[in-house]
Amino acid sequence: MADAPQIPDEAEVRARWGAFAWSDESREKRNAILARYPAGREQSASIPLLDLAQRQVGAETQTQGWLPVPVIEYVAREIGVPYMRVYEVATFYTMFNLAPVGRYHVQVCGTTPCMLRGSDDVLAACKNKGLVKGKTTPDGLFTLTEVECMGNCASAPMVQINDDNFEDLDYDRTVTIIEALARGEQPKAGTQEPGRHTVEPLGGPTSLVAMMSENHDYRPEWGA
Amino acid sequence: MTAITSLTDKDRIFTNLYGYQSWRLDAARARGDWDNTKALLELGQDKIIDVVKASGLRGRGGAGFPTGTKWSFMPKEPKADRPNFLVINADESEPGSCKDREIIRHDPHKLIEGALVAGFAMRARAAYIYIRGEYIREAETLFAAVQEAYDAGLVGKNACGTGYDFDVFVHRGAGAYICGEETAMLESLEGKKGQPRLKPPFPAGAGLYGCPTTVNNVESIAVAPTILRRGAEWFSSFGAENNKGTKLFQISGHVDRPTVVEEAMSISFRELIEKHCGGIRGGWDNLLAVIPGGSSVPLVPAKDIIDCPMDFDGLKGVGSGLGTAAIIVMDKSTDIVRAISRISYFYKHESCGQCTPCREGTGWMWRVMERLRTGDADIGEIDMLQQVTKQVEGHSICALGDAAAWPIQGLIKHFRPELERRIHERTGRPGDLAPMQEAAE
Repeated sequence: MADAPQIPDEAEVRARWGAFAWSDESREKRNAILARYPAGREQSASIPLLDLAQRQVGAETQTQGWLPVPVIEYVAREIGVPYMRVYEVATFYTMFNLAPVGRYHVQVCGTTPCMLRGSDDVLAACKNKGLVKGKTTPDGLFTLTEVECMGNCASAPMVQINDDNFEDLDYDRTVTIIEALARGEQPKAGTQEPGRHTVEPLGGPTSLVAMMSENHDYRPEWGA
Repeated sequence: MTAITSLTDKDRIFTNLYGYQSWRLDAARARGDWDNTKALLELGQDKIIDVVKASGLRGRGGAGFPTGTKWSFMPKEPKADRPNFLVINADESEPGSCKDREIIRHDPHKLIEGALVAGFAMRARAAYIYIRGEYIREAETLFAAVQEAYDAGLVGKNACGTGYDFDVFVHRGAGAYICGEETAMLESLEGKKGQPRLKPPFPAGAGLYGCPTTVNNVESIAVAPTILRRGAEWFSSFGAENNKGTKLFQISGHVDRPTVVEEAMSISFRELIEKHCGGIRGGWDNLLAVIPGGSSVPLVPAKDIIDCPMDFDGLKGVGSGLGTAAIIVMDKSTDIVRAISRISYFYKHESCGQCTPCREGTGWMWRVMERLRTGDADIGEIDMLQQVTKQVEGHSICALGDAAAWPIQGLIKHFRPELERRIHERTGRPGDLAPMQEAAE
């Protein structure tokens, strides 16, 4: 995390976010989150509440969201722990953005299983569309990050853009997705391989074929 | 009786693995989930644990510890102020692993029913399912499925009409591989940085909130109800002795058709690839090496893996491990040094920073690996790197240090000539003219 951007507690950040408070929608979610943990264990909610706060900041700024210092302070007060206990959580976990990001946070997986299937081409496509690793495009649309294994290895290579995964990519498919997003469209998430449903072998499953056409109950065959 | 090492559809547990059908409660029920779960609980705690023990189920998260035995470590009479907890590890982050994702997004009710059965058996008051933060859509499905189970009275107060109160909570992480380590997961669940704890005390003594806790992998929990329904003998009819059951294999990399598939344990590598993946890209002669259990285990060269049974003991026999059964296949077009170096970068990125050998060692090893990749190194540095991996291995609180060391050891063991070739190519062979020196400034 040495290359994480350092955002000082600047006056303008404090001016913009000093009055941060839950929206009505967030407050409802906050209550549901806190209800999951035993009384006196509110600290357990630090990660979900930081995520909720980051999403609210995202909604207010039309981006994926980030965590300004006053917002982290707000979460710390919510769960009654010192600021540092929450700040260290915000810096420890990679999904918390400590600096503003673009409308779309393009997270390309570059770990070995994706690398073997061509994540270099995905990164090349991003580069040729003007995306630079660790930076946001001048129009504020895209931030590019190379991330570690996202658990989509059987449909690699992949990219996660905000809340959606795009799998089975190559150079052209990546370009298509970025261009669609730039036009304000929402491309179809999941595998980009024509004819593939999820992670079955391409060309059709080699097992559980009956499930393709009906919600098959295998129990009558158990005794056989 | 000879072990069955090839599975047919009727014996597959995760029938909606590919998500052709709905994950919702009514569809899951039609497939057989939540079918008279009350009767399973009526077997009683001890009987459930006995059946799971007899089935030979070993933990599916990588370590392979017998699941039933693990459950039996929990206190039989929990105190009111120190309840037992079940924590389900859905922080699937091991490079190559992508099975829990399919269970959660396509068959979540198998997991939730398993949580109730396992939680009841270990006398837990609640289960926390810790799902990795990046599984955003998967978590949405899981939250919704848990709500369905509450609404139908399957979990919560008087779960399934048994009089047993059991809660299931979903907790999302936020992007840290280390939280897949069980004590780091507990720290993270308590709202802290995910840095592993020293053991002892073990979680069964003092885990979540200081209470007795068992941490189990998603797959271990999700198979439990089916084992109880079909019996220990059924489950243990698959796989070699000591390696029983069915298993989700995840095949990525250079096969014709990567996939996730449920097969019998101890299936041979060749059969698995031929049956489900359409073979190796470019044919079997084009196979270079395989990482059979996720990035943490050493690679196995082609000649050793082809007829190896895919199970705990078989892979141990070729100097590697089953891990999570995440099989990363590499053909001869692979830059093998880069492939391992990228794994080294992964561990450098994911080291939590708590123990010095791992925090400093992972970065150091990655930097040397990068120089070996380009050949910009001295021959002696290969042995030096090997030595350093030995100094990292076993010298950290958790196994991340070991996991960072093993892939490099595997590379040096099997591909030393390739490392030497690169160095010679760049710096010239011994006896050649010394390479032109460059001034330091």
